[in-house]
Amino acid sequence: MKTFVNKRPPIPGIATGSTTDLPVLLPTAGRLAQRARRDRLEGTWRLELKLWHGVLLVILFLLFAGIAEAQSQAEPDKGPLATLFRWIPVLLWKNGNGFVLNLTISFFAMAIGTVAGMALGLAQVSLLAPVRTGSWFTTQFFRNSPWLVLLFCIMLLFPFEIELGSTVFKIPDWTKATIGFSLPVMANLSEIVRGAVQSIPTGQWESAESLAFTRRQTMWMIILPQCFKRMIPPWMNWYAILTMATPLCSIMGVEESVRLAQDAMTAEDSRTELLGPFYVFLLIVFFIYCYPIARLTIALEKKYTVNI
Amino acid sequence: MNQQSVATEANAVAWTEDQPMVSLKDVHKSFGELKVLTGISFDVMKKEVICIIGPSGSGKSTLIRCINALNPVDKGSIKVEGREVNDSKLDKLELRKKVGMVFQQYNLFPHKTALENIMMAPIHVLKQDKAAVEERAIKLIKKVRLEGKENSYPGELSGGQQQRVAIARSLAMNPDIMLFDEVTSALDPETVKEVLFTIQELAEDGMTCMLVTHEMGFARELADHIYFTDRGVIVEHGPPATFFKEAKDPRTKEFLSQIL
Repeated sequence: MKTFVNKRPPIPGIATGSTTDLPVLLPTAGRLAQRARRDRLEGTWRLELKLWHGVLLVILFLLFAGIAEAQSQAEPDKGPLATLFRWIPVLLWKNGNGFVLNLTISFFAMAIGTVAGMALGLAQVSLLAPVRTGSWFTTQFFRNSPWLVLLFCIMLLFPFEIELGSTVFKIPDWTKATIGFSLPVMANLSEIVRGAVQSIPTGQWESAESLAFTRRQTMWMIILPQCFKRMIPPWMNWYAILTMATPLCSIMGVEESVRLAQDAMTAEDSRTELLGPFYVFLLIVFFIYCYPIARLTIALEKKYTVNI
Repeated sequence: MNQQSVATEANAVAWTEDQPMVSLKDVHKSFGELKVLTGISFDVMKKEVICIIGPSGSGKSTLIRCINALNPVDKGSIKVEGREVNDSKLDKLELRKKVGMVFQQYNLFPHKTALENIMMAPIHVLKQDKAAVEERAIKLIKKVRLEGKENSYPGELSGGQQQRVAIARSLAMNPDIMLFDEVTSALDPETVKEVLFTIQELAEDGMTCMLVTHEMGFARELADHIYFTDRGVIVEHGPPATFFKEAKDPRTKEFLSQIL
């Protein structure tokens, strides 16, 4: 029998068939192919925030603010930085609006989306064909719809007040926005749940069946506890994506940070030198919130990688 | 209870210990175009230890899995303690409480300790009292010689230890018959001995065992009857004494000459 001891392994593309069809240097091609395969398997992009993104944002902010300050000929407390400083409470937390409202919306949308997504994900692996088909369709529909269109639909179609007997409940805009955001989150989490359940080896199902567990017992006591760890990194990833998407509802008048920034600039006579500092400041705020989440996601993913 | 289950219960009650514990008659099974079992018939009496041997793809594992209804059967009859398995109205849970199965890949629950693995089924399926189950589980761990490993997770145990926990887990349900699907094939030779010793003790205690195995030494020592399958039929069978010495069929002779 031939052995390759004392012989160098054959070089793909030269001695044996090539592993990629990209006409580039082999190491890069290999890496790119691996990356492409991984992305295809994951099915979703990961929020890969890096520290230098944040540093770049701060530099950008200082650049904009610096140029604006140098250019402005206004009185001391009307310069761009001073103006920004004055408006920070409103942009971030005043009256529970601003950035705090962004976080509120993301928190509740994630909560609703998690519960609904879990139910939908389990429905996708149901033994009953109609349940499986219906939940699959729902998932694909909400997963592939543009978030803004869903938001418009929910915010315009949802009643702005509900009458229950004699009491009238006014539904605030941000609540409707929360419901609008929870739909795509629900669909994406449903896919995560389905993927996690289907990734558990069939041996687990077989041994549970052999021990006379019912399907429900098997699912809740054996399969789902094993899935839980696998679901946490993509779950956190979607939370970060959702938080970055919440400014979408500013278009519908919800008083979150971006909307309030626009209102603030209008109140300050719409001076163009305020645009840079205000928006880049919001970018930095979002970055400070989402960066730790993104890094924790990547760290947990490495830790929970299933080594078969 | 509907009529069918009453009839099945009546059958089960009608079964007595002098009748075969497991009785297969003309069992056929195919996966799509591939015919895996083409007419298997044999009986297993109580307290018998039988070994099924044969080349890969001969349908041994499928056969074992049909007995506890993990795979549905296309045609034919399988009766376990008088209960018909090839019956759409079969109460699978009741059947599986009587039939224990141990797999090649152990299939322990990785998120539970060894003791919890053993205790889970009696508590949640048989609804027995937790303290009593724990006591029995500790006894079972002693029986498979794994004292000190009660609180270890499967990931911390070796293959042989995991397999013994899997055997204890099936025994916790007090089955009447144990099925072993190539349980030593994934183990190295030293750990194979530990597992075989456990199964030997089980057989000597009077448990009805059906093993699919490649361990010819074990089969020769302990089996009451050996069945050789090839391409979905039982080619030859007999007690070990005659089977290994006086194999008649040319296929059997070829198989034995390759492995002995």
